[in-house]
Amino acid sequence: MDILREIEAEEIRRLGKNIPDFKPGDTVRVGYKVTEGSRTRVQNFEGVCIARQGGEGIGASFTVRKISFGEGVERVFPLYSTNIEYIEVVRRGRVRRAKLFYLRSRRGKAARIPEKTNYKPKKTRAGEAEGA
Amino acid sequence: MRSGVIARKLGMTRLFLEDGRQVPVTVLQLDNVQVVAQRTAEKDGYTAVQIGAGLAKPKRVTKPMRGHFAKAGVAPKRKLAEFRVSPENLIPVGAEITAEHFVPGQKVDVSGTSIGKGFAGAMKRHNFGGLRASHGVSISHRSHGSTGQCQDPGKVFKGKRMAGHMGAVRVTTQNLEVVRVDPERGLVMVKGAVPGARGGWVTIRDAVKRKLPEGVPFPAAIRTAGAAAEAAGAASEGGAEE
Repeated sequence: MDILREIEAEEIRRLGKNIPDFKPGDTVRVGYKVTEGSRTRVQNFEGVCIARQGGEGIGASFTVRKISFGEGVERVFPLYSTNIEYIEVVRRGRVRRAKLFYLRSRRGKAARIPEKTNYKPKKTRAGEAEGA
Repeated sequence: MRSGVIARKLGMTRLFLEDGRQVPVTVLQLDNVQVVAQRTAEKDGYTAVQIGAGLAKPKRVTKPMRGHFAKAGVAPKRKLAEFRVSPENLIPVGAEITAEHFVPGQKVDVSGTSIGKGFAGAMKRHNFGGLRASHGVSISHRSHGSTGQCQDPGKVFKGKRMAGHMGAVRVTTQNLEVVRVDPERGLVMVKGAVPGARGGWVTIRDAVKRKLPEGVPFPAAIRTAGAAAEAAGAASEGGAEE
């Protein structure tokens, strides 16, 4: 399966996306391109990232949850989608799970996530230190 | 009619296009695809090329097959397949076919052996509905229902769809679009799924139900002699007793 992984890595490099380091529990703002008829605009979707899936591959995705007019809304974005204009980390959260599905059954105060105060940018990949 | 090729299914991935679309693709690899023999109208009554792919250990190849490969001057192949071609599209023996044989945008038919499912019930095998979950049904929730009528005709008709062996048969998926071609690594990416498991052998041919696009190489995209000669050298070691 090595060639397959090679292809995916190449594809990711070709897309040249600047994806910030973010984890479940972080609040992110996603700029998603929306096409209405012939014109396109960028729509913001801000909420808590409750899951990341797919690891290093090109099929990776992440789930963002927000409360919109009192109703919980979740959207799954492909991480490397060309429809994503930008991903911004608004706030770093401290959580102890990789998947925060427990937030679905909580409302208001109970659904708070404490802020992470000791965040250190990843050292391994250069040029991804912004957004902290 | 052009020849097809033998390829190995590497697996599936996806591509993101600039307009935001995602394309699911299956990656197929052409591994040392060479012509091993020709079938001609004078000798065999039809025209075709026998194509071989992969590399087999000469030790593991039977003597008669070693002789066959030595005659062609190619290294022993893992997989052999014949493709019917029209007489003007016969490819010389020993020629290596590259991934450029197919052009992006072209439609192809891909055949392979589907993944075996073993003995499967009627629900999985024929999409039957099964019986009810309650209302007196006991033990047989996933069974097929009735298989026929009464004393007349007094038998189950032949071809009645029932439980049985599923999968592991030759399946052809038609009209898959070639999305990308990588001649250096010998890769052909086609849109959508292809029958068979990862690592399985499949054959790719021009789609029978679509017109060939312009710019397709005739009789095939052939790599020049260098690589072929090298392979021939290896073959003569393997099949010395001819």
